[in-house]
Amino acid sequence: MTIYELQEQIIEEFAQFGDWMERYEYLIEMGRELPPFDETHRIPDFLIEGCQSKVWLYPSFDDGVITFEADSDALITRGIVALLVKVFSGRTPDEILGTDLYFIDRIGLKENLSPTRSNGLLAMIKQMRLYALAYKSKAEQS
Amino acid sequence: MPLAKSIEAIRADFPILATTVHGKPLVYLDNGATTQKPLQVIRTLDELYRTANANVHRGVHRLSDLVSDRYEAARETVRAFINAPKREEVIFTANTTASINAVAFSFGERFVGEGDEIIISGMEHHANIVPWQMLCERKGSKLRVIPFSDEGVLDLDAYRTMINGRTRIVAVTHVSNVLGTVNPVKEIVSEAHRHGIPVLVDGAQSVQHGTVDVTDIGCDFYVFSGHKVYGPNGIGVLYGREKLLNEMPPYQGGGDMVANVTFEKTTYNVLPFKFEAGTANFTGAIGMASALDYLTGLGREAVAEREQALLAQATAGLSAIDGMRIYGTAPHKVSVVSFLPGKIHQYDAGMILDKMGIAVRTGTHCAQPLMERYGISGNIRASIAFYNTEEEIEALVNGVRKATEMLA
Ligand SMILES: Cc1ncc(COP(=O)(O)O)c(C=O)c1O
Repeated sequence: MTIYELQEQIIEEFAQFGDWMERYEYLIEMGRELPPFDETHRIPDFLIEGCQSKVWLYPSFDDGVITFEADSDALITRGIVALLVKVFSGRTPDEILGTDLYFIDRIGLKENLSPTRSNGLLAMIKQMRLYALAYKSKAEQS
Repeated sequence: MPLAKSIEAIRADFPILATTVHGKPLVYLDNGATTQKPLQVIRTLDELYRTANANVHRGVHRLSDLVSDRYEAARETVRAFINAPKREEVIFTANTTASINAVAFSFGERFVGEGDEIIISGMEHHANIVPWQMLCERKGSKLRVIPFSDEGVLDLDAYRTMINGRTRIVAVTHVSNVLGTVNPVKEIVSEAHRHGIPVLVDGAQSVQHGTVDVTDIGCDFYVFSGHKVYGPNGIGVLYGREKLLNEMPPYQGGGDMVANVTFEKTTYNVLPFKFEAGTANFTGAIGMASALDYLTGLGREAVAEREQALLAQATAGLSAIDGMRIYGTAPHKVSVVSFLPGKIHQYDAGMILDKMGIAVRTGTHCAQPLMERYGISGNIRASIAFYNTEEEIEALVNGVRKATEMLA
């Protein structure tokens, strides 16, 4: 599935929910299904500190694609993180850098993007793109 | 003594309480962060800008006179509200933070040196920590911190042993913004005064909950913010003992604070103007006075009584939820409950409550050392005002229960 198709699929899924509680329940479920985070990666280097909840993001680069593992100490944030991982993990740096994440707006998470919300979502996307940029320039050098 | 108005009439005085958020009626329980404004205050501001706007103390013209008089009348209202001895001892600032910074700088310049000590408590808001740390860094002095119990009660024995010949000032909060504890400031002051040490009391969370009498407390400085006592933003109060204020240098220079300016030497104006450089926030001050009048009109003791009843209801309701931890169980509290249900993250609960229309604060509440003391990254705080209702407290308890179920 392309990133575009994946975003469309997420938007469709969210469209079925009647109210916010259902959306949160879904995100909480997604958070629960996120694979356990490797404890050796739970170090400050991989911490994206938001004001309200902590987010860890660990990247690896193999065969031209980036894999992200992530975690958060808050469940809803973990669900949001899981969504991002679902969309960005297993993609090439170019795909990550070239994609507009319009699904966030369409599923009503845009308020969580506001910098004052400080839940790490904005910082996370930025960090994912930074890793993509770093891997891209590293790949071009070698 | 009952409130001067019915709760319906009181709620009608606060237009914002009738709004909805996310399609649900607003349940505003973040009064510790800022309070809502009664029509009386909103109208005062509106009327001021329509009829009496001019710079204070700076014109011979009618409007300037008019607004200067009202600004000084506001000062008198504040004086009476906290029972300060003199009008000149009431200085208008921007907020509590500005007041504390003013004292830390100005008092510090005059009275604090290398090796001297400053005592604060472990339950301070960052506003009553950082300015003193900055002073310590400037002067090479040392910060001492009064510990407190799990219940949220200050250890006064530890405090007594902390006081020594190097102690220059004690700065403590009257009421903890997280735990709700009402600290025994009168006792703290009398102990310090036995050693000739002045005391600053942070009144940001006490002035809105009943009667506060700075003469009775005996403190040397008392500070608070207008926006937390139903007044406008950007106005605060620094009450200081005249003798001390006279000995302290101004901390900001400019217009209004001077008596005579030449390029060789400038002499300073008298109190309170010496500490009010620049165009004063006269609309804020007059608006705040209007808020204080509103509270006085309702009956401050009646306000406190109602808040205590709502606090008891909230505490009982929340405590009945499985795995609930309440932070701050001191015998003497204001209407603030901080809590965490089970192992749930405060941010998750806060997001869900928000969608139910319930406004609470989540996080460290600008008191990181306090959170560290309990070994938590933050909690949820419901801070209750007299205009809240029993139904709203019930909505909070039900909301927290629902969030807990969703997140368990
Ligand atoms: C105890 C205490 N002190 C100081 C402050 C700072 O108040 P302001 O931000 O209005 O200066 C607060 C505000 O939350 C507070 O609760």
